[in-house]
Amino acid sequence: MIAETGLAALWLAFALALLQFGLAAAGNRLGDLKTLVAPVAVAQGLLTLLAFLLLIWLFVRTDTSVQLVAANSHSAKPFIYRFSGTWGNHEGSMLLWVTVLSAAGALLALVERRLPERSLRATLGAQALLALGFFGFLLIASNPFTRLDPAPLNGQGLNPLLQDPGLAFHPPTLYLGYVGLSVAFSLAVGALVTREVGPAMARAMRPWVLGAWVLLTIGIVAGSYWAYYELGWGGWWFWDPVENASLMPWLAATALLHSINVLAARGSLRAWTVMLAVVAFSMSMIGTFLVRSGILTSVHSFAVDPTRGSFILGLLVFYTGGALLLFALRVASVREGARFDPVSREGALVANNLILSVILGTVFVGTLYPVLIEAVSGEKISVGPPYFNAVSGPLVLILAALLFIGPLLRWRRDSRPNLRRIAGPAIVTLVALGLTLINSDMGWLPRLGLAFAAGLATASFLPLAGRDLRRTPLTIWGMVISHLGIAVAMVGAASDASMTKETLAAARIGESLTVGPWQVRLVGVDPVAGPNWTAVEGHLVATRGSSSIRLNPQSRYFSSPPTETNEAAITTRLDGQLYTVLGKRNGDRWQMRLWWKPMVTFIWLGGALIAFGGFLALIGRLRRERGKPLPLAEVRT
Amino acid sequence: MSRRAWLLLPLLLFIGFVAAAAWRLSAPSDTSVRSRMVGRDAPSFAAAPMLPERPGVAAADLKNGKPRLVNFFASWCVPCIAEAPVLLDLQKRGVVIEGIALRDDPNDIRKFLAENGDPFAAIGSDPIGETQIAFGSSGVPESFIVDGKGVIRYQHIGPIAPEQVAEVMAEWEKARS
Repeated sequence: MIAETGLAALWLAFALALLQFGLAAAGNRLGDLKTLVAPVAVAQGLLTLLAFLLLIWLFVRTDTSVQLVAANSHSAKPFIYRFSGTWGNHEGSMLLWVTVLSAAGALLALVERRLPERSLRATLGAQALLALGFFGFLLIASNPFTRLDPAPLNGQGLNPLLQDPGLAFHPPTLYLGYVGLSVAFSLAVGALVTREVGPAMARAMRPWVLGAWVLLTIGIVAGSYWAYYELGWGGWWFWDPVENASLMPWLAATALLHSINVLAARGSLRAWTVMLAVVAFSMSMIGTFLVRSGILTSVHSFAVDPTRGSFILGLLVFYTGGALLLFALRVASVREGARFDPVSREGALVANNLILSVILGTVFVGTLYPVLIEAVSGEKISVGPPYFNAVSGPLVLILAALLFIGPLLRWRRDSRPNLRRIAGPAIVTLVALGLTLINSDMGWLPRLGLAFAAGLATASFLPLAGRDLRRTPLTIWGMVISHLGIAVAMVGAASDASMTKETLAAARIGESLTVGPWQVRLVGVDPVAGPNWTAVEGHLVATRGSSSIRLNPQSRYFSSPPTETNEAAITTRLDGQLYTVLGKRNGDRWQMRLWWKPMVTFIWLGGALIAFGGFLALIGRLRRERGKPLPLAEVRT
Repeated sequence: MSRRAWLLLPLLLFIGFVAAAAWRLSAPSDTSVRSRMVGRDAPSFAAAPMLPERPGVAAADLKNGKPRLVNFFASWCVPCIAEAPVLLDLQKRGVVIEGIALRDDPNDIRKFLAENGDPFAAIGSDPIGETQIAFGSSGVPESFIVDGKGVIRYQHIGPIAPEQVAEVMAEWEKARS
């Protein structure tokens, strides 16, 4: 009954989305009925949420009469993985996607009070149209509630790589971010339809973009750390197509986040902002398409199915193609806003947007280049980290340099850009660059990365200079902390790229290996068992100077499904991480992989700061703008 | 370019993306690893007899003027069980099949042959995958047709399905002539 109730709830929600779209499209011709759009959106959101909760319940109970549960769960799994297994598969994660989409529409209908009513209705109509496509996809091509008869005694289990506490939160966080951007998309489409592209739209859009951006940042940072410790490869970013698929919406959202401020404060960059809002969510959909269709090979082996791929491609053509067409037709009638000088806050933000767009374009081209080349010449190639690092590295440096001065500029025009104020950071940069010369075998990109990171760490605080800190708005604090986070992450990435020490060796028990400043001794190897796995566990003693610690890396074997995973043992010090992996046995020797990674934790610490800054800015925005009606003049623009 | 033309640019880029994606969906990538040995002399190898009472397979035997189908298989390989009836069918049609058993032991092989039939004229043992690598094969089951001069003529990756018998037979006839 649970599965049937869930399916019924989904169909009802589908019908309500249809109704919502119809009401919004018919609009004024319906008279008072049009006010029903918002309540319908709320009901639709609640029903979808109900369906999702029911699926979670099925997974927690390991009801193997449901095909999806039988294929992806197992009653011997710990509770948390039975719970998180709900979205560790194609159908469940699509249901999560639709749930977030509907819930976002419902929330928008509940809280948005400042947008002109016509625009809000058009936006909810667009959101309903989005939901319809994905409901259709779920119900026709990926029904999560399909029954299995007869029911097997037990399920087939969840991919052990995914049996990690990180998985419980990484996908939902990312999805909240991806799909949160759908509201920006719908607001942009709504504004284009009603020809009301202006500051009102930007202010309605801003908290959504900020919130989605914060969640995307957290999701990406968490995913990066998960890959780092769970895959046992010692890397934190592989330029894998699926990683790129999450990075592209993030880059678009980051650009949008900045341009939206120009539109909200100054009324400029209208066409550009609308464009970015469309692109940001389109990138989310393109990411989903790339992952599910299997047109690119990736370590994220999701349910790969060309039929599903065609379905999502169809949705993509309809939504993104439609929105871009609407954009091309309508945007000529969008009034350009206030003019500004090249040297001004707007000018700096435009530069930021251009560079972010170039990075986005680079990642996009790099990710799809293999497909393009094969389509044209039949030749198989792959694009790897050398391309991405070489192209995006210098662009990030330019962005960092821009951050020295950008936040200090005035709106509209700055005749005397305060070059003196950035003298301090500039000196710090030069000194840091000088210090990196001590290490002669460092590449120039990491060297400049460290230098600019040091400068940026100083420069990021400049917007606080001369302010009463207690009265400084949260949005400014948010900006400062996020920009500082970029500097911190750059330090981590540059150190990891240039100073990592690696030792790969086969060691006998009792033997010692050296990696960086550490001596690592293999003391012994023992078998151990967990709830649904068995493992061999290495006992290592690592010493540096007078301090010594024990490390126990494991090589785990899971029986359902049969898979081996490496559980790296990592110890964190202030100046870096020691990362140890136990490999296969070779006679009386054990393969060992050891890394000393100076300051590597700064990468995720910086990422966390970036997200925290965004969170502060979001709180600041919500507090400042709650209930504040727009001046009439702005509503008219 | 006029402003209008610029506005169409994103749409055009997107259409390009869709075209590439649609092409890829209609022609899924072939990810199998083809052997570079096709068209070349079979490598020098010697797979010792798997079962004491039956011959093994060695490169020297391949140049005796008669073609054969070299089939890499294993008792632990589930698709090999699915392939077994097809191999028996090929044997009935006159194909000489020599097996190379991967990382296996005689008892398991005897059991495998008893359960799934025995189409093999000879069975060599490849305990560490040496012979497999020499042939440029990437998995089991995998089959190669070697002609009478010891040249590898054809490679079939994965189990031979019943509907592929005709194709294999055509290659076999080519190798005979």
